[in-house]
Amino acid sequence: MSDTEFIRMMASIILASSPLIIAVCGETITERAGVVNLSLDGTMLMAAMAGFVAGLKTENVWLGFLAGAIVGAVFGAIVAYGSITLGKSQVAVGFVLTLLGDDLSAFLGQNFTRIPGEAVKRFGIPLLKDIPVIGPIFFNQDAVVYFSYILIIVTWWFIYRTQPGLHLRSSGERPDAAFARGVNVRRVRYLYTLLGSALVGIAGAAYSLDVKIGWSDGHTRGLGWIALAIVIFGGWSPVRGALGAILFGATKAMATILQRTFPEISVVAFNAIPWVLMIAVLMVVSSDITERLIEFMPRRVQSPLRRMLRITAPMALGSTLVEK
Amino acid sequence: MYDGAFGDQSKTLSVLAFWVPMTLSAVGLLVTFTAGLWNIGVEGQIILGSIAASWVALKVQLPSPIIQVTVEILAAMMGGALWAGIAAILKTRGGVNEIFGGLALNNLAIILTNYLISGPWQPPEGGSFRGTQPFPADALLPRLAESRFSPLSMIMAFLAIALIIVMLRGTFWGLKLKALGKNPFSAFLLGVSSEREVVLAMMLCGALAGLGGAVRVLSWFDSLRQSISGGIGFLALLVVMLANFQGYWVPFIALFFSAVLNGSISLQIRTQLHSSLGGILTGVMVLFVLLFSDIGVFKWARREKRE
Repeated sequence: MSDTEFIRMMASIILASSPLIIAVCGETITERAGVVNLSLDGTMLMAAMAGFVAGLKTENVWLGFLAGAIVGAVFGAIVAYGSITLGKSQVAVGFVLTLLGDDLSAFLGQNFTRIPGEAVKRFGIPLLKDIPVIGPIFFNQDAVVYFSYILIIVTWWFIYRTQPGLHLRSSGERPDAAFARGVNVRRVRYLYTLLGSALVGIAGAAYSLDVKIGWSDGHTRGLGWIALAIVIFGGWSPVRGALGAILFGATKAMATILQRTFPEISVVAFNAIPWVLMIAVLMVVSSDITERLIEFMPRRVQSPLRRMLRITAPMALGSTLVEK
Repeated sequence: MYDGAFGDQSKTLSVLAFWVPMTLSAVGLLVTFTAGLWNIGVEGQIILGSIAASWVALKVQLPSPIIQVTVEILAAMMGGALWAGIAAILKTRGGVNEIFGGLALNNLAIILTNYLISGPWQPPEGGSFRGTQPFPADALLPRLAESRFSPLSMIMAFLAIALIIVMLRGTFWGLKLKALGKNPFSAFLLGVSSEREVVLAMMLCGALAGLGGAVRVLSWFDSLRQSISGGIGFLALLVVMLANFQGYWVPFIALFFSAVLNGSISLQIRTQLHSSLGGILTGVMVLFVLLFSDIGVFKWARREKRE
């Protein structure tokens, strides 16, 4: 592989991972506040459809993203209302919304399939894009990619380094204690479910307006579930989640190259890769087998290895708060 | 839509033929829901049942039609149970939540079907990518003339409903599952081995879903097709949710769903409306009942659960 080819491939991996990064950051925020929004797959499909249509009609790609964010927030609002106000199972509400979003996007988007629409334009960041190798990979992209970089940093900083971030985490870990300390847990959870969901909506629109331009039935089907799995793999940290998203993009790119090198292997085998990978990474981060393997390692590397591989979920994830 | 569902005899039979696999899967899901498991992998378990039944139908030649079909059905149940068992072991041993394990296995089952149809099980006259060659008539469930409905499959569905309701309400194992679903930790303290119960509950659900898959290939179609299940497993999940996890509501709600979906397909042919309309209607309905089931008009359905 020549150098330019390598750079082009890396740049395409970064571009393809950016919507996943945005979705993962959004869901990480929501789950850190203690709410599982399982509707990601349906939300992203609806947002991709709405974003594409809004972009097409207004001839403004940014209004497309706005439409995606609004659709996302609406889905988040339903999940929040159902789980926080009404105290229903978050899994049940999210799952029904997943199916509903899938069908609704197919129905509402039926007249907009396979037609050209608006797309985000690429612009390189001056100076930065002239750095050899790194420049063309990371800084000769488009606004969606730059947004994903900023989002990773801002999300991390917000969650771990600010007081609202502390309230956010405490609502997900010990809602009773947070409530006793004067945090309005319900409001916090509402806020971050809506915010996270809006980000997921932006991610959906990023597919139809940037990465996989256009709309078709089931345009992003499956990617929402992948994002949910990456959130777990990332141990509910935006930085690790982003790495997971890029790793996933890289594996897909590798599969494409392998497919070109070994054309005799059925395409079907390559389609199976993301799902096998999903099971494999979830097993690595949470099974007892990993723990036992770590114990075989020399004592010195055990603790960093454990920190790298093992994860713990927010303690009150998925719970409903009963305020007295 | 009503006309499209029950307009004439063939349409009614079609509704019933669609009802059977959905009910079988929904009944299986009652078991996993009782144990507190979200078996989203039920869709893949149906598909594996279809694949296993097709494998016997295509590759194994048995002396009499009765033995042939029986072996096909048993294979389908084992196929479904196997797929569910994998999801269960992934949960108990691998720490992979059954939602994610099941979802990945669903997609792998779809990919496996596509591989079989486009590869080893391609019809001899060339790759159409749509399905295998039709099975011989002896390998299919006996169907009513000119329809996709097999009365035998309906009997199996009723048997399954009765069996599961009795089992969940009247046996010690049913009680164990309930304990596990309500509070896994205290169940553990009382000596209910969660791993064994989880695996068994999942495999039982998988076997019933696999049976549903067999009905799909042996009565609804006559061959293995690309979208052999077409979301019946997800519909079954909605059915159980709408039934408020109560067994005796399941067959009626499944019948209603089947009517709505079959109705919307003929509505599509007549009025050019998109066929996803049926899915939207059922989805919105389940969402509303889910959210507001303890408010006002829906209160009667909830009363039972409070007892």
